[in-house]
Amino acid sequence: MSSNAAIVDHNVPPGEPPHIHHMDSKTAYGAAKLGMWLFLATEVLLFAVMFCSFALMRYYHLEEFHDASHHLYLWAGAFNTAVLLFSSYTAAVAVTKAQLGDNKAVVKNFGISILCGFIFLAVKTFEYSGKAHHGMFPFVWNENFYEYKNFLGIYYCMTGLHALHVIIGMVVMYLYGVRPAMNNRFSGKYYTPVELSALYWHLVDLIWIYLFPLLYLVG
Amino acid sequence: MEHSQSHDEEGHVVPVSTFTKILIALLCLTVLTVAAAQVDLGKWNIVGALIIASMKASLVILVFMHGKYENKILWIYILLPFVLLAILIGGVFTDDPFRDQLIHFEVEK
Amino acid sequence: MSAHADTHGEVNYLNWKTGIWSWLTSTDHKRICFLYLYSIMIFFISGGIAALLMRTELATVGPTIINDPHTYNILFTMHGVFMIFLFVVPGIPATLGNFLIPLMIGAKDVAFPRLNLFSFYLYVIGAVIGGIAMLNPVDTGWTFYATYSTTTESSVSLMVFAAFILGFSSILTGLNFIVTIHQLRAPGLTWMRLPVFIWASYATAIIQTVATPVVGMTLLLVIAERMFGAGIFDPTKGGDPVLMEHLFWFYSHPVVYIMVLPAFGVVGEIIPVFSRKPLFGYKLVVISSMLIAAVGFVVWAHHMFVAGISDFSAKLFSFVTFLVAVPTAIKVFNWVSTMYKGSISFATPMLYAMGFVFLFMVAGTTGIYLAMLGVDVYYHDTYFVVAHFHYTIQGGAVIGLIAALHFWFPKMTGKMYNETASKTAFALLFFGFNLTFIPQFILGMDGMPRRYYDYPPQYESLHTLSTVGAFINGFGYMFALVNLAWTAKFGKVKAPRNPYNSVSLEWQTASPPIHENFEEIPVVDEDPYGYGTPTGNHA
Repeated sequence: MSSNAAIVDHNVPPGEPPHIHHMDSKTAYGAAKLGMWLFLATEVLLFAVMFCSFALMRYYHLEEFHDASHHLYLWAGAFNTAVLLFSSYTAAVAVTKAQLGDNKAVVKNFGISILCGFIFLAVKTFEYSGKAHHGMFPFVWNENFYEYKNFLGIYYCMTGLHALHVIIGMVVMYLYGVRPAMNNRFSGKYYTPVELSALYWHLVDLIWIYLFPLLYLVG
Repeated sequence: MEHSQSHDEEGHVVPVSTFTKILIALLCLTVLTVAAAQVDLGKWNIVGALIIASMKASLVILVFMHGKYENKILWIYILLPFVLLAILIGGVFTDDPFRDQLIHFEVEK
Repeated sequence: MSAHADTHGEVNYLNWKTGIWSWLTSTDHKRICFLYLYSIMIFFISGGIAALLMRTELATVGPTIINDPHTYNILFTMHGVFMIFLFVVPGIPATLGNFLIPLMIGAKDVAFPRLNLFSFYLYVIGAVIGGIAMLNPVDTGWTFYATYSTTTESSVSLMVFAAFILGFSSILTGLNFIVTIHQLRAPGLTWMRLPVFIWASYATAIIQTVATPVVGMTLLLVIAERMFGAGIFDPTKGGDPVLMEHLFWFYSHPVVYIMVLPAFGVVGEIIPVFSRKPLFGYKLVVISSMLIAAVGFVVWAHHMFVAGISDFSAKLFSFVTFLVAVPTAIKVFNWVSTMYKGSISFATPMLYAMGFVFLFMVAGTTGIYLAMLGVDVYYHDTYFVVAHFHYTIQGGAVIGLIAALHFWFPKMTGKMYNETASKTAFALLFFGFNLTFIPQFILGMDGMPRRYYDYPPQYESLHTLSTVGAFINGFGYMFALVNLAWTAKFGKVKAPRNPYNSVSLEWQTASPPIHENFEEIPVVDEDPYGYGTPTGNHA
């Protein structure tokens, strides 16, 4: 597919001038997808450092990790797991809907995913404040729980970093999924932002799939 | 000269029903992992938890993230971070658990 | 910055839009190359000044120009941080990689041009934050080892945060290049027809993308230790300081391949041209580039042999470290075999390329010594290591960068530099470099530790020799770079489109290229190195 002129893209919101790309739309889609998967790879490696630290600290402090893990709110963690799984489901559905040109359903499904994100964060806030109340939180350490500091340090770092990514994912789904869908941007010919936003959100879910058993169950 | 935008971006549209089935499977696996945690297998606890988590992760990657339909190149980049994670943890664990070895030498009197 | 004027009325990427704002907001990969080039040179010079201050101090026993060790420690920290994070790591990829990759594959630009510009501004932000950190200068060394870095009073958090931002610049550039090389190759340009510079850039981009996040997170953990007293690196709290070293070197060993792989690619482009012979063993060169990247990920703990790691770990990493020499040696054989029975011309880029081969052989061989456990126990933290890594990084990556700047100068600026000036500069810096670092190998063998601001009198003569070499080296670089910069701005000799009769795509378009690179996207039907062969149409 050689092209010797700029590629003019008329698939733009009504009233806007056409975009001029240096790639045709198939190449651009492939490039965007590869780019997003590469970015997800970097996120996995970011968390890899935490998983490695977790593994080593657990190796050195197995008893502490077991005991400390029991102080976490297991049912909050399990509930959050279900919430994220469901939100991943609605994100995947949103991609199919975008491919079928059903923009309203994209808004609805990404909207549910974002709502699930809020629920997740609310439960996390409840968990953290519960900890703070018992003095098991940075800056308000109760000396009684000082012995759990290794586990809790890793716990807050990993869940905190994860929560940050939840927020980023929610913003991405809104900006690149919900808002354009409200302008009927998506169809079988163009749904790249929906797919990429959903990929990012799935990563957020993937990380939690590993975090939950390691922190809450195995300890 | 313009190019028409007639070609679709990618063919595979996954039906919602497929996603629903996978969601149910994922929720079942979650119940399984909580249940399995009630049984104490000693040092195999973590192995079991990781196996179930990896099954869930595979479902998410293969189906939700359309991994099933992706080409080999993309699969290399999907797997690469996990390989590197294994190398990192593996490398660290050739070190710390074996450090006692430094102590095993005899001082000649 | 309408610096590169005088293009004889042709419209090209340099002059089609003028004014500094058009440069600072340009998403053109060729202009972004220059944005990076001027920026990294600022840090090359600053890092070089730090080096010359240290060498001046070390020229004689006792305090020479610096009165306390603390200041000296700050100097070697700044030297390392500037040179590594702000000069050599962006280095060839951000400059020549940006300029050449789309041209060599027949594309109009990289896959994500705006991301490319964003990467540059991340670099700028990282540099600015690092500058602010200089107000309370850091003396931990560029390695930021815990537990000193996690407890000391200076602006460590700011400095490592700057490194974190710089890391993101590197990650996004790598990501951009991977996608570009996969998606934007011209019709007919199959993988095995790609110039080796592209393969080298591809392998480098992979390392940039996947290794850098590890050190990024590690540096954030250092900040967390400082700010929240986390304790995973603190032995008094049940942590392990060596964990920080594992996490740090997991990136910092692959980073040396980020630095040197592109230089391998540059040398692989220059030597065939000035030998008028196809590159010997193209397939092996390609495989070896990818192998170096891969094996480079499993050797990191050879930086930690005396840090307290287990016997088992040390032996394992020593063994694997020997393996990584093999693909590198393959490349050296290929370059030399390319030259064998070739028609050699000693133009400036070829002098640099040949110099590279010699210097990198010294680097690689001394690396083997360090890979040997028993030997490393003695040499670790001595000047032997310092000399080794300067041969690899300066004799390798930096020489490669200067070689590339000379080789592609006509393409980038449309002008030719003065050969006498450039050859003189090369002679000075080559001589100066060896004079600086051969004494340092000997100093290391004699037991002189690194990062020391003073020493016993018996080491003085070698130190003085080394300092003289350092000044000649520095002068040689300045001469080379000023020559190029002056020619770019004021030079009158116009370069032809393809002064070396090279086959690769970047030479098939105008010098300098038009904004869109090619009038028409080319179709490729031949191998990249057809010099003097039946399939090639270049003698």
